[in-house]
This record gives sequence, structure tokens and C-alpha cells, in this order.
Amino acid sequence: MEERNLICINCPMGCPLTVTLNDAGEVVSVTGNTCPRGEAYGRKEVTNPTRIVTSSLPVSGAKGQIAMVSVKTASDIPKGAIFDVVRDMKGLVVEAPVHIGDVVKADIAGTGVDLVATRDVE
Amino acid sequence: MEKVNIVIVGGGPAGLAAAAAAYDAGERSILILERDNMLGGILNQCIHNGFGLHTFKEELTGPEYARRFEEQVEERGIACKLNTMVMDISPEKVVTAMNRTDGMFEIEAKAIVLAMGCRERSRGALNIPGYRPAGIYSAGTAQRLVNIEGYMPGREVVILGSGDIGLIMARRMTLEGAKVKVVAELMPYSGGLKRNIVQCLDDFGIPLKLSHTVVDIEGKDRVTGVTIAEVDSHNKPIPGTEEHYSCDTLLLSCGLLPENELSRQAGVQLSPVTNGPVVNESLETSIPGVFAAGNVLHVHDLVDYVSEEAASAGRNAAAYVRGELAEDRSGEIPLEFAGGPRYTVPAAIDPEKMNDTLTVRFRVGAVMKNRFVDLYLDDERVLHRRRQVMAPGEMEELVLKRTMFEKHGPVQKITIRVEEA
Ligand SMILES: Cc1cc2nc3c(=O)[nH]c(=O)nc-3n(C[C@H](O)[C@H](O)[C@H](O)COP(=O)(O)OP(=O)(O)OC[C@H]3O[C@@H](n4cnc5c(N)ncnc54)[C@H](O)[C@@H]3O)c2cc1C
Ligand code: SF4
Repeated sequence: MEERNLICINCPMGCPLTVTLNDAGEVVSVTGNTCPRGEAYGRKEVTNPTRIVTSSLPVSGAKGQIAMVSVKTASDIPKGAIFDVVRDMKGLVVEAPVHIGDVVKADIAGTGVDLVATRDVE
Repeated sequence: MEKVNIVIVGGGPAGLAAAAAAYDAGERSILILERDNMLGGILNQCIHNGFGLHTFKEELTGPEYARRFEEQVEERGIACKLNTMVMDISPEKVVTAMNRTDGMFEIEAKAIVLAMGCRERSRGALNIPGYRPAGIYSAGTAQRLVNIEGYMPGREVVILGSGDIGLIMARRMTLEGAKVKVVAELMPYSGGLKRNIVQCLDDFGIPLKLSHTVVDIEGKDRVTGVTIAEVDSHNKPIPGTEEHYSCDTLLLSCGLLPENELSRQAGVQLSPVTNGPVVNESLETSIPGVFAAGNVLHVHDLVDYVSEEAASAGRNAAAYVRGELAEDRSGEIPLEFAGGPRYTVPAAIDPEKMNDTLTVRFRVGAVMKNRFVDLYLDDERVLHRRRQVMAPGEMEELVLKRTMFEKHGPVQKITIRVEEA
């Protein structure tokens, strides 16, 4: 048995969660949550934590003053792959025009997730 | 002089939401004045995700969230002037502004929505001894440099203050290859959101030292190191607790202040607690027809609430222009509070002017566990809401219903009380 203490981050309540795992590493219980989202978060955070990675990249050929375009992974990637994504982004330059949702690099760092633009640069 | 029914000062999320809501309430003569070269306000530099969970049920980045509201303004054909700085607002609601094409110009408004946002507390106010070498930045400045200008301010970083921008920048600079050594927070609790502590510090093993401050900054031309020490309950450094960190950059994230120079000049009454205007249930300031919303009113941590609040200010401004919001303020009852809140927005309520629901927002002064937030009309308790934890870093809200007031009958005293469970 192992207990892990987390804080649910899904809403400003920030409920203190206690997740209990058995010896096989399976979640036995989640306590301390006020709503079901807390339980789901607790389970996922100890078994398969994921994050969205955001950054900004230089743009070439932009008309206006903006020289950078902000980007994100289109969905969650495993927490352990954050730095792989960051490394794979290094050196990327985005061609203007670029629009929200445009794929800047497909399958970033082999995560199966695309890196997409989060701002329009004409 | 040009005449416009509603002038909106500031084109950040608050200004955009106020404009769209005023339009949807039937108003067509609306003008947004924005000093920057783009709409969206501070969101343009907040490239991280976590915006719009409440409004859109998905996690957007700042620029994406801003874009959705810009689109609403574009679709409605609402007029905007960019690169236009508002210089003055008179009590008679004449707005003086300036830009390169029109020079200095005046607009006579029937109603004004203040949506100027906030600025960072400056480092001068921080009183750190030592030289003032290069390499000291406010967290927001660093955010703009890294995200918009693509310039990394340094490689080895210490952050003073655990406000959200500081936390966000701890992660941002780590991902850009910098080593963030420590975040020192003067208070015994963090001023930032829990999700930011988890995802920006814990994820990267960056230590957060509560009740600590910077006592010395080294380096003449450029920062070479800082010393931090623990503080006692009077915020005095405790001798013997000093720790030295070598670094080339010190970021200061010591809170935000509503930007109210214009409001002050106009004679709008300001709250010494929030540094924002004192408003009633209609988000109307002490000057009838002048409304306020967003960070200019009180500093928000969730942009969803900014949009919500601003939409309500926009609707009320439209009602004022139509003559449906009486100028008579004699029915206002001050909203009293006890047991925890440091302020409430609004600060007064006229039950007659209330909409079907009214969201009251407030912050507490210390971390509190296991409480009830109660609303009393005179001595009758009409709302009783449990809160497991309340913290100064997170805004609280309580939704009041018009029917509560109708059921209760004439009321003399309205009180929000935080009570132990
Ligand atoms: C760094 C930072 C990080 C944040 N992170 C998050 C987050 O992760 N999630 C979340 O939900 N919320 C977050 N917030 C909160 C949210 O983004 C803000 O509360 C929101 O942007 C405030 O909107 P606003 O329109 O009131 O102010 P602003 O966005 O500051 O807009 C004010 C606008 O008014 C303009 N202006 C000011 N004075 C004048 C003048 N005299 N004339 C003309 N124009 C003027 C400014 O140029 C600006 O465009 C963050 C806030 C900050 C500061
Ligand atoms: S458990 Fe539910 S109420 Fe508690 S923080 Fe998580 S989402 Fe919010």
C-alpha cells in the first residue's frame, strides 16, 4: 500500500486528495475530492500524468510587428515527454501567414500529437 | 465633438466582452479605445494554457481565448481604435484620447466602461538593499520578452514572489533551458493558483520557500547572486537563515495593481483595499454612467470571470444609455462582511436595481479551512455555502438571487459572513 497526497487542480477549490495504491500500483481509492472530477484527476495523475506544452517560436516573413507565434501541443502529452517536445521544437521557424490551429510540426517528438499555432500571424 | 453612446477604455478581455454584451443588449454606438497595436490585452503574452475552462469547457491559451472575443467584436462590427491612448476622462464623460492619425481628440460619451486592466507592482516599492544591477526584471516584463520578443533574459534565475506570473515564468524559463533555482515568497502562503504551483514548480522540482525574502543582491553591472533568508511573523529576516544562490537574473513577481490613474483624474471613488473603483450592483462607479470591469476593478486570476463581469458591465452601460438604470442611488445598501473577506465587489447593492442574479466576488485575507460562506439579509440567513479551503490567491464568489430579496421583504442590512463549520 502506498498513499500519495495531491492537490486537485481542476477548479479553484484545490481539494487536497489522498490517492491510495496497492502493491501492484493500482489505485484503490481517492479521498478528499469534492466532486467526481477530483477522483478522475487523482487516478490519472498517479497512473498516467499528462500535460499540454506551450511555447513560442520565431516567424519568418510576417507583415506586422509580431516576430513570434505562440504554439501548443494539440492535446495532452505524457508528463515524462515534456523535455522531448521542447528539444524537438528547438530551431523551428514558422512561415507566415500562420493561423490558430495550423500544424507547425506533426507528431512532435514522436508523441503522436501535433504542435499547433495558437495565434494568427499574417 | 464626436458623440458615442458607450466608450470602452481598454481592448483586453474585459473591454471586448463589455462591447459584445452592450451590442447584444441592443446598443449600436460603441467605441473601443486601445493603446496597444492589437486587441487582447495581457492575454497576448500569456501563451500558456488554462484559460476559458469555465466559459468554453476547454483549456485555451491566452491568445486563443482573446481571439474568440475579438471575433465576437469583429462579427458585430463594433468600432475600435488601436494605438490610441486615453489621456483623460472628465466627470462629464468627455474622453480625451490621442493617436498618430487623429492627434488629440475628444469624444462625448453617454456611458463609459473602464477596462484598463492592471500593472505590476514596481520593484522600487520592494525595498531590497544593494545595487540595482542589470538582470532584475518584473515577471511580466520577462514574460513579454520571452514570449513576444523571443529574447531570453538569463540562464540562472531566482524568483521573488509566488504570484501566478512568477510561477508561469519559472516553467517557461525552465523549458527554454534556464535553471530556476528557487522561488521565494514573503508570505506563509503562495499568492498563486494551486494548478500553477503543481504544474510550474512541482513538475520541475523547483523549490518554493514560503516566509522567505531576498535580503541581498550581488553584482554591480549584472546580478551575480542573491541571498535569501527566512522571515519571522513580522516579516523581519531571521539571522542565521541566509542562503546564497548564484544567478544572473532575478524576477520579481510581487503582485498586480489596478491601473486607475484615469479613474482617479475623473474623480471616481477608489477602494483603498482593491485600488479599484468602488462599484454598486450594476458595476457602476461613484460617477453615474461610468462602469468598471476586469482587472481595473479588482485583480482577477481567472479570465472567465473577467469576461463574465465585463459582460454584465456592458449590459448595464447599455441600460444606462436607454435610461433604464435610474441615476438615483439612494436605495443602495452597503454590503457588509465579517470573518474573512477583505473586500467585496460590488460594495453596495440596490435590491431594486438588481438583475435576477448577482455575483458577488471577494478575496479573503488568510488561508482558511472548513468554513461556511453565509449571506444574511438583516438577521435572516439566506445562503449557506460550504468551502473546504479559501486562500488569498483565489477569488471567491457568491451568487445572490433577486428572489431572496423579494421573499425577505424590505432590507436594512446585507452581510456576507465567513463562519467556521
Ligand atoms: C501575467 C498574467 C497571467 C495570467 N494567467 C492566467 C491564467 O493562466 N488563466 C486565467 O484564466 N487568467 C489568467 N490571468 C488573468 C487574466 O488574464 C486577466 O485577469 C485578464 O487578462 C484581465 O483582463 P482585462 O481586460 O481586465 O485587462 P488587460 O488584459 O490588462 O487589458 C487591459 C487593456 O487596456 C489597455 N489600456 C490600459 N490603459 C489604457 C489607456 N489609457 N488607453 C487605452 N488603452 C488602455 C491595455 O493596453 C490593455 O490592452 C493572468 C493575468 C496575468 C497578468
Ligand atoms: S475535486 Fe472537484 S471541487 Fe475539488 S478541486 Fe477538484 S474539481 Fe474542484
